[in-house]
Amino acid sequence: MGWYLLRRLGAAVIVVLIASVVVFLGVRALPGDPAVVLAGENPTPQVIASIREQYGLDKPLPVQYFDYLKHLVTGDLGQSTQDKLPVSQILANRIPVTLELAVLAMLVAIVVGVLFGTIAAARRGKFSDYTATGFGLLGLSVPHFWLGLLAILLFAVKLRWLPASGYVPFSENPAQNLERMILPAVVLGTGFAAVLMRQTRSAMLGALSADYVRTARSKGLSGPRVVGVHALRNSLTTVVTVLGLQLGGLISGAVVTEQIFVIPGFGKLTVDAVLTRNYPVIEAVVLVTVVGYIVVNLLVDVAYAALNPRIRLAGATNG
Amino acid sequence: MTQQRSAAGRRAGTPLLSVEDLHVSFGTEDGLVQAVKGVSLTLAPGEILALCGESGSGKSVTAMSVPRLLPPTARVSGAVRLDGRDLVQLNASELRALRGSDVSVVFQEPMTSLNPSFTVGFQITEVLHRHEKLSRRAARARAVELLELVGIPDPAGRLKEYPHQLSGGMRQRVMIAIAVACEPRILIADEPTTALDVTIQAGVLDVFRSLRDRLGTAIVLITHDLGVVADIADRVAVMYAGRIVEQAEVTELFARPLHPYTRGLLGALPSAARLDGTQRRRLREIPGMVPAPYSDPDECPFAPRCPIAADDCTASRPSLDRQGDGDGHLAACFHPGLSTVEAVDA
Repeated sequence: MGWYLLRRLGAAVIVVLIASVVVFLGVRALPGDPAVVLAGENPTPQVIASIREQYGLDKPLPVQYFDYLKHLVTGDLGQSTQDKLPVSQILANRIPVTLELAVLAMLVAIVVGVLFGTIAAARRGKFSDYTATGFGLLGLSVPHFWLGLLAILLFAVKLRWLPASGYVPFSENPAQNLERMILPAVVLGTGFAAVLMRQTRSAMLGALSADYVRTARSKGLSGPRVVGVHALRNSLTTVVTVLGLQLGGLISGAVVTEQIFVIPGFGKLTVDAVLTRNYPVIEAVVLVTVVGYIVVNLLVDVAYAALNPRIRLAGATNG
Repeated sequence: MTQQRSAAGRRAGTPLLSVEDLHVSFGTEDGLVQAVKGVSLTLAPGEILALCGESGSGKSVTAMSVPRLLPPTARVSGAVRLDGRDLVQLNASELRALRGSDVSVVFQEPMTSLNPSFTVGFQITEVLHRHEKLSRRAARARAVELLELVGIPDPAGRLKEYPHQLSGGMRQRVMIAIAVACEPRILIADEPTTALDVTIQAGVLDVFRSLRDRLGTAIVLITHDLGVVADIADRVAVMYAGRIVEQAEVTELFARPLHPYTRGLLGALPSAARLDGTQRRRLREIPGMVPAPYSDPDECPFAPRCPIAADDCTASRPSLDRQGDGDGHLAACFHPGLSTVEAVDA
């Protein structure tokens, strides 16, 4: 398993490097000149030139890239062109907010998706199956922003159960924090719950018709044990894969959800940075996203190994 | 050896299991499929009964009706008595208590019948925890004994292994270890050696034989392999289209097959005498197809394929009757023992 992880880790570093090149070039390929944006109304060419010089935008691209890489390694992500704060500090403020939202949404998705997917599969063709599948289809089809607005209308405006928007840090007041995070987390988690439900259901249907499930029944085990231990354990690989794949969607979903609920997270930062051509922030945001993806994929690989003895033990004999 | 086997079959007079007029049908989109149409049979303690027949003859459904490991669409009627208790009447939790303890099953596919995500030890001790409330340590010790019993070398080391680390033969031995863990009185083995190499088959059959001898387990062996039947069974029931068409002690059946279908099965079996060149001839196949399971006309179901079918065969259905003075040789045929087949052949 150690060797297996080391190989995955090596691959991850290479991917991050490639990603940094793509990010670097991609941002510079965007139409529009940040120096012009920064210079304000009616700038003189001298002002623009001095801004270019200040941010190193006058140097050749390879030089700019290696400067960027050098700073990256030391944790210096540059300075936001808008509020002049270090990008690393901005990220440190924003990432935990989105991380909390993402984790809560994932929890909603896992609990709802896996539970109802399993029930639907175990009761295939019965009322509960059709109900779960129907809600799944609905959850997939409904866009985040619409669901978010509806949720605000119902729970905040009509029923007045929960606040409509805003953010309180968890460290400041956990109760108020959760109160404000519940709606966004449920809204963001719904789509993933639906995807996870459908995938869990189909994986479980496969597992439930497997020979080893018949063996488990022949041992006299209870229905919940046959379904929840023998079949579910073999479906978890699918669940983990889907979770990993969905994380990209979670980030883009967070962008929309954070806008609706006015949460000062990573998603909102992304939108604001793109709108103001805040190069250093955009680069950092994209790079963090890439690293996030890679970390998740690494975790998925670790989970595979933990779940599947064939992978785990193959690694052991190789290394 | 054959004598010994017959003796074992007769050892006890009162049957352990008696199946009476068992009917099993499945509701499908194409209509009601009658898989088993009035099967009656008995099983003595320690007896090895072979259920033979083609695919779709109802042999597996008959056997799986005992622990009721049937699809949820199955409708079962008749009686399946184990010690006088009718298993058909049991509710779901009573059936679960029965499965794995009194009646257990070894399935055909050793490669897929074990759960790939759990260790051998987990899968064996699980059934012990379920039925015998053993402590962890006691269950582990018992699992080692069981693996030893089914002839697996280094049993303690195997407990930590996963199914994919074992060969097919070893996996089937593990399946058998799970099945006999709670010393069941009836072991149902559904084509247990079909997926295995011939050399490994013999070893697995030896395991069954020694289990019967040591634990007194009665075994229902579902197979289409008459070689396996000849090797291990005490008694044979031949099934065709959901009914038993012939039933006899194994030596009697091989020496004096009465039903033309049984003769057909035996004719499809290669033998050494034919292979030495002196009597070389084609293996006979049984012409035609198994009848569709949706209808059940009042005629001998084998008549359309039968080489000796006469007018009376399509006029009514023959019942399973005692034939001659052999001990319990039953056949459902109006013309038992007539050998037009061989006349045609010569």
